[in-house]
This record gives sequence, structure tokens and C-alpha cells, in this order.
Amino acid sequence: MVTVATGVPSRRRKSSGPAHHADWRLALVLVLPAAVGFIVFAAVPVLRGIYLSFTRFRILTPPTWTGLDNYRRLFGDDVFWKSLGVTVQYVVLSVILGLAVSLATAVIMHRLTRSTVVRGLVLLPFLVSGVVAALIWQWMLDPGLGIVNVAVKAITGHNVLFLGSQGWVIPTLAFIGVWKSMGYNAILIFAGLQTIPAQIYEAGRLDGASEPRMFAHLTLPLLRPIMAMVAVLTVISSFQVFDLVAVTTKGGPANASNVLPLYIYAKGFSQFDFGYALTMSMALFVLLLAITFVQLRLLRANESDTN
Amino acid sequence: MTTTLAQTTHAPALPAQPPQRRKPPIGKMLAWVYLILFLAVTIFPFYWILRTALSNNYALIDHPSSLLPVDLTLGPFERVLGLATREQAVAEGGSGATIQLGLYLRNSIIYATTLTVLVVFCSLLAAYAFARLYWRGRDVVFGIFLSALMIPGIMTLLPNFVLIHDLGLSNTFAGLILPGALFSAFGIFFLRQFMLGLPTEIEDAALIDGLGRLQLLFRITVPMSQGPLTTLSLLTFISAWNDYFWPLMIAGNSDVRPLTVALGVFQQASPQTQPDFAGLMAAALVAAFPMLVLFMLFGRRIVDSIGFTGLR
Repeated sequence: MVTVATGVPSRRRKSSGPAHHADWRLALVLVLPAAVGFIVFAAVPVLRGIYLSFTRFRILTPPTWTGLDNYRRLFGDDVFWKSLGVTVQYVVLSVILGLAVSLATAVIMHRLTRSTVVRGLVLLPFLVSGVVAALIWQWMLDPGLGIVNVAVKAITGHNVLFLGSQGWVIPTLAFIGVWKSMGYNAILIFAGLQTIPAQIYEAGRLDGASEPRMFAHLTLPLLRPIMAMVAVLTVISSFQVFDLVAVTTKGGPANASNVLPLYIYAKGFSQFDFGYALTMSMALFVLLLAITFVQLRLLRANESDTN
Repeated sequence: MTTTLAQTTHAPALPAQPPQRRKPPIGKMLAWVYLILFLAVTIFPFYWILRTALSNNYALIDHPSSLLPVDLTLGPFERVLGLATREQAVAEGGSGATIQLGLYLRNSIIYATTLTVLVVFCSLLAAYAFARLYWRGRDVVFGIFLSALMIPGIMTLLPNFVLIHDLGLSNTFAGLILPGALFSAFGIFFLRQFMLGLPTEIEDAALIDGLGRLQLLFRITVPMSQGPLTTLSLLTFISAWNDYFWPLMIAGNSDVRPLTVALGVFQQASPQTQPDFAGLMAAALVAAFPMLVLFMLFGRRIVDSIGFTGLR
């Protein structure tokens, strides 16, 4: 009864027996570096961070447990709340502006050109560091000599203190952040557009749907999962903005751009108040988790509208 | 393939609505205007860095809107690379603040290269174990690893600083590199995903021929995974090269600080009243240069891989 055909799988089964046994030991060796990295530099630090956020800790002396003192202090810390407000402003502006510009660019690129050169150019700002982006724009927006202000003055008759006035600083920083990330997001959305089958549009056209209608009723719903992902990524990265602000304004003028990561850094590294700095990062962490959760729920990221 | 589809979709629309034939071109023109404006906003700053870096810093004051370099000179590059004397530098509008770009360039190369090699290697090993080996608890461990993607950087930065400080590794390359080198949730996930898609027949055949699992990994899986390995290397290198927050914490004022941090320091040292914009732009260009080279060499791959990572 045993035929040649069944001989092959049975031979494989035989050889996979001892192989599986050896697999276990080899797997342990292969996963070990990553596991050590995960435990030592991710899992334990998070737990230690949680613990230290309940202590008074100035790095040179051992931490002392202070219970909820840091958290109580957080609620009464006006600078923290102002900082949170400024950060939220920055995030909201970045998300709205960033999503709008990236979506428009992706859709227009998709309709006009498949040129890899264009997509490459769009991506350029993503490749430079936040520090370089901050330096370029600080120079271009300089109130005296910056090219943008030269143009603004020629048109309106006066300069704008883009990074130096309380009203302008957050929108300006959000603009720089969007400038740096818009190409990356546009490429992500572009990739999403490429997965939409052309037949859907064909059907839409045959039904007499106009371009704007098709955009609103076909493109947007189908793009929902990827838009949700871009939105979540933008929110998470915007809440952690540091380099742009640290280089351009250092939180000024008058704390108008003192975003949360900057305040955390200042507490930890200028005032060596590590316990409290960690309390604030915990607050940010919880906030981010909650926002991500709500966002994914609202945007129903895992499913597009049309099934 | 997509272009042919697009063409066929246009065909039925035209006879259906002949009076509207003039409308699409206007929309299309507006779209082109948008795209060109968008590209201008994207690219102009890069031109402006170059134009400023080739200018005399004093001459910039008189011609802030000149589109060409003002009083064309290589002076800014010479002074940030330490090739000009202090007198020369000051005469051209340098602040007298120095930046040893050569040293920091070396640091950035060491930091980004070592980190990339380690991340890719460790991710490769782990990804293989998750994609190809059968062991108890595999999926649980993978799930736990993936959950690390949810941890924002800010959560681990401070505790990791404390840890590196306790280990006495502050201001060393080891301290700079170690925390990010061994474990990358994205790297493992990315490579595993690719390996799961590889056909198993070749490996099965090789197993029967008596090759060990480890030999399979390096002789068969690695050559077949060259694409994703390059992609992961590029993305890791770019993000390490541009990293600022972590190096600032761990090597903020030391001889191992990378370019990003050094640029920040150089900028702070520039006088507020009369900043050395030409020098700053020259330094920024040197810092961005390796990324621009990577872009020239691997632009297409970077574009494609970002699209790909987004669809995961």
C-alpha cells in the first residue's frame, strides 16, 4: 500500500522529529539577544520608571518612596498644565495640517504621476534630522534676514516674529514638524491608494459619479485604515516632539512653546528631579495609550467602510 | 499595470459627458500647480542651505534676498571643518565658536553603523526563530515583544539613562548604542513577516540533505532576504543618524556626542545678536550630506519600503 507519493511526507516527518527537538535549543540561542534587550532596556525600565515615579529621586542618592506626592504635585503644577496645553495645541495643529497636506499630496500624486523621482523628492525632509530641519527653518524665518520674513515684509510691510512671539510660535513649530513628516505620510497614503482597485472608480464613473463624489464616497472610506494609522503615528510622535523645540526656542517665549518632553527633560536634567520627571512621563504615557485606544476605536482602523 | 488600468478607466467617461471635457484640464492644472508648490516648499529649504553655506556671513546682511550665494566663498565650510584659522573665520563673519565636525562626523558614523549592524543582526536571529522554528511559547513571546511597539520612547528614555548612568557607561559609545542595539520590535516583526512569505521547499530539501538549521539561516534565508535586510538597515541607519534626544542625554557634553547634538551645541554658541548663519548652514549641510548620498543611492528602495511598511 505504501506508494512513492506517501513516502516523501513520511520521510519529512521523520526528519522533522529530531529537528523539532533541536529547534527548541536553537530558538533559545537565537532569541536570546533580543530577549535580553527587551527585558533589560524595555520591560524593566518601564517597571522601574513606574516605581521611580512614586519616589523622590535625584540620581546621585537612592530613591525614597513618597507615595502619591509626585502625582499630587502634578495636579497643582501650573507649568505642567500650561505645558500640556501647549503640547495639545501643537499636536492638534500637526495632525490636522499634516493629514490634510499629506492626503492632498498623495491623492494628487496618484492622479498625476507615477514618477519615483517625484516621490523621492517628496521624501527628502524625512531624511534629515529634526535638528537640521529646525536650523534651516529658524534661519529662513529669522525676523531680520530670513528669506520668508523678507518676503512677508515686502508684502505686508512688517516682519513676523514666527518663533519669537507667543501667538505664532506653536503654529510655526507645527508647520516645521509637518514639513518634515508630510512627505513620509504622503508616501504611506500613496501606498494605500495603490491598493484600491481601479475597477471601483470605473464602476463609479459608469454610474455618473463626479470626481469629488468619488473622492468622498470611494477614496476616503477605502483609505480609512491607513489614515487611521497615519493619524495615530502623528499623534504619538507629535506628543513627543523635542528636537525641533529644543533647537529653535527652548520652550520660549515665556513658556509658550514649553512642550511636555522639553519640560520633562528640564526637570530631569537641569533640576535633577528625576522622580517628578518620571511622574510626568507616566502621565504622558497613560495619555498616549488612552488617546491611541480612543482613536483606533473612533476610526475603526481595522476595517474599511466598504466590505 | 496600473497605468493601463487607469487608461481604460478614462475611456468610457469621455463619450458619456462630452460637455465637461474642458473641465478636467482645469482641475488637472490646479493639481499640477499644487504639486509644484508642494515640491517647491519641500526642496527650496535645501537649496537655501546650500546658498547660505556658500555665502560670506557679513555680506548676507546686505543681500538677504539674493537667490544666489552672496560673495561666493567656501569659508563657512572651511571654518566648520576646522580648516580656517580663527582670524579668517571671524573675518568672514564666523562667531569664533568652533565645531570639530570631523570628530562628530566620526562619532555619528560609529554610532549609526554599529547600531544598525547590531539591530539588523539581532532582529534577523530572532525573526528566524519566530518564523521558522517550532518551540513552545513562541507566539506568546512574539506577542510580548510586539507589545513593545506601544511603549512611547519617552517612557524608557529616563529609566534607561538612569541604568546607563548606574552602569558607569555615560559618555561612552557602549552607553549610547547598547539600549537600542539588541531589541527592535519593528525589526523583528518586519523580517519575520517577510520570512513567513518565503517558500519552505528549499529549506526542507536542504534539511533532508543534512544541513543544520543555523546553516540554513545563513546560506539560504539570508541571501533570499537581502531586500528586506537592506531596507531595515537603511531605516535603522537613518533614524540613528538623526537621533537627538537619547544622545543628548547620554553624551550631551562629551567627545562621543554625534553630529546632531554637536550641531545643537554649535548653534547655542553662536551669538544671538549676530549669528553665523553661513557657518550653521554649512555644518547642517555636512550633517545632512550622508543622508543625501543614501538618498541618491537608495531613493527608490527607501520610497518603496516606506510604502510597504505602511501596509503591514
